[in-house]
Amino acid sequence: MSKPHDIDTAEMRSRYPDIFDRPATARLATPAMAVAALAIFVYGLVDLDFSPSRFIAGLSQLGWITMMMIPPDPGTSLPLYLKALGETLSIALLGTTLAALLALPVSLFAARNIVPSVSLRFPVRRFLDSIRGVDTLIWALVWINVVGLGPFAGVLAIAVSDFGAFGKLFSEAIEGADQKQVEGIHASGGSVLHEIRFGLMPQVLPVIAGQVLYFIESNTRSATIIGIVGAGGIGLQLAEQIRVLEWQKVSFLILMILVAVAAIDFISGKLRFAIIGRRAVA
Amino acid sequence: MTIAVSILPEQQLAALNAAYRKAVARKRLRLVAGLAVFVAALILASIGAEVNLRTFFSYFGNFVSYFDRILTLDGGQRVWTNPGEWFWGWHKWLKLLGETLLISYVGTLIGAVFAFALNFFSADNTSPAAWLRFTVRRLLEFARTVPGIVFALIFVMAFGLGPVAGVLAIAIHSTGALGKLFSEIVENADMKPVEGIRSTGASWISCMRFAVLPQVSAGYASYALLRFEINVREASVMGFVGAGGIGQELIVAIRKFYYSDVSAILVTIIVTVFLIDITTGWVRGRLFGKEART
Repeated sequence: MSKPHDIDTAEMRSRYPDIFDRPATARLATPAMAVAALAIFVYGLVDLDFSPSRFIAGLSQLGWITMMMIPPDPGTSLPLYLKALGETLSIALLGTTLAALLALPVSLFAARNIVPSVSLRFPVRRFLDSIRGVDTLIWALVWINVVGLGPFAGVLAIAVSDFGAFGKLFSEAIEGADQKQVEGIHASGGSVLHEIRFGLMPQVLPVIAGQVLYFIESNTRSATIIGIVGAGGIGLQLAEQIRVLEWQKVSFLILMILVAVAAIDFISGKLRFAIIGRRAVA
Repeated sequence: MTIAVSILPEQQLAALNAAYRKAVARKRLRLVAGLAVFVAALILASIGAEVNLRTFFSYFGNFVSYFDRILTLDGGQRVWTNPGEWFWGWHKWLKLLGETLLISYVGTLIGAVFAFALNFFSADNTSPAAWLRFTVRRLLEFARTVPGIVFALIFVMAFGLGPVAGVLAIAIHSTGALGKLFSEIVENADMKPVEGIRSTGASWISCMRFAVLPQVSAGYASYALLRFEINVREASVMGFVGAGGIGQELIVAIRKFYYSDVSAILVTIIVTVFLIDITTGWVRGRLFGKEART
C-alpha cells in the first residue's frame, strides 16, 4: 500500500491533463461571468438611483415605520377585516375552481398524446402561454373595467390567469399518463371519449386535484394583493391603511394574512396527501 | 384452441359481487360527500365574493369588446395595419422596460446573495445550531409569504416613489423563496464529502465551501435564473404602486382608457417575458449539461 507522499505529481499531471491543465478559456469563464454579472449589477444600482444617502435615509424611515407597527392593533375595524379576509378566501377558492373547470377541456387540446396534429396544438399552447405572460394584477385591472370594482373582478382575474397555468400543467400531466390503459380501452372498442374518460382520467385526476389544491393555496396569496388595484378582499384594506399611514392596522392586517395563509397551507397539505397519497406534487 | 373463461359457482359469485358493490358504494358515498362539502363551500364563497351572474353575462360582451377596443387605433383601423402609430411611444416604453429588467436583475441578485448567506443555516443537515435554524427558517417564511407588492407599498413610503422600492421588495421576496429552495438542495446533498473534510479537522466554513458548495452550485444557479424569470413578471407590475418600471405606464393607460396603448404595452411585456423564458431556459440547459459532463 502506497503512502500519500508517494504520489508522483508529475505523473498525475500527465495522467489527468483535464484537471491540472485546463485551457485558459475554461479557467477564465467563471471569473469573466462573475465580473460581467457584477458590472451589470453596479450599472443597475447607478441607473436606478441607489445613492447611499438615500438608502440610509430610507432605512431609518423604515426603522421608524417598523417601530410604529408595534403592537399590531386593528382598532375598531376587526369585523370589517374579518369580512375582507373571508372575501379573499372566497376569491381564491372560486377563481381556482373556475380556472380548473375551464382549463380541463382545453388542456386536452394541448396534450401531445390526444391531439397529435401540431397545427392544432401549437396555437392552443401559444394562447395559454400569452395568458400566463400577463400578471394577475393586470387581469384584475382589465376585469375591473368590465364588471366594475369589487371582489367579482378578482375572481375573474384569478380564473383567467390560472386558466393559462392550469392548461399547461394539466396537459403535461396528461402527456405523462400511461398509454397502455388508453390502448386497452381502444382495443375493446371504446370511442375517443371513452378512452379519455376511462383510460386517461383515472390516472390524471389525482394529479390534477393535487395541483388545484396547491393553486388554491398560492392563490390565497395572490388574492390578498389584487385588492390593491381595487378588486376586493383584504388587499384593499391593506393598501388603504398604508396610504393613510395607520401602521398598527397595517401590521395587524399582515399578521392576519400570514395566519390565513398558514392555515390554508396546513389544510390543503392534509387534503393533498389524502388524495394522492405520499407522492410529491410537482 | 379455445380459451375457457372459468365462471365461479353462483353463490360464490353472488358473495363476491355483494362485496364489490359494497366497496364501490362506500367509495361513491365518500366522493358524493366530498363533492357536497365542496359545492357548499363554493356557494358560501360566491356569496362572500359578491358573485353576480347577471352582471357577468350582461357585461361579458364588454370583456370581448374590450379586446376589440384595445386592438383599435384612435383613427378606427386595426392596430397591426399601422405599427408605427400603435407603438408611438416605443422609445419611452423600451426605456421603462429596460428599467423593469434592471429592477428584476438587481433584485434577484441581492435576493440570491442573501439566500446564499442564509441557506446553510436553515438546512437540516448543515445548520450549526437548532435555534439558529428555527430563526432563519421563520425569517425566510415571513419574507416569502408577504407578497412582494405589499413590501413595495411599504418601501414606497420609506424610500420614496421610484425603482429603489421595487428592487428592495423583489430582493426580500426572492430571499425568502430562494432561501427555501437553496436549503432544500443542500438537504439533498451527499454528506460523505462533509464527513471527509470534517475528519481532516476543517472548520464549519471550510466544510461548506469544499464539501457542499461544489455539489449544489449548479442547482443554485438554475433556481436563481428561474427566479429572475418570475421576477421579470413581478417587476412589470411594481409600477402599479409607484415602485418603478413599465407598470406605471400600463396602469395609466388602463385607468385613462388609452386603449391602443394598453395592447402595445401588453405586447411588449409578453414578448419580453417570452424572450427571457427562452433565454434562461437555454442557459439553464447549458449549466446542467456542463455539470453532467464533468
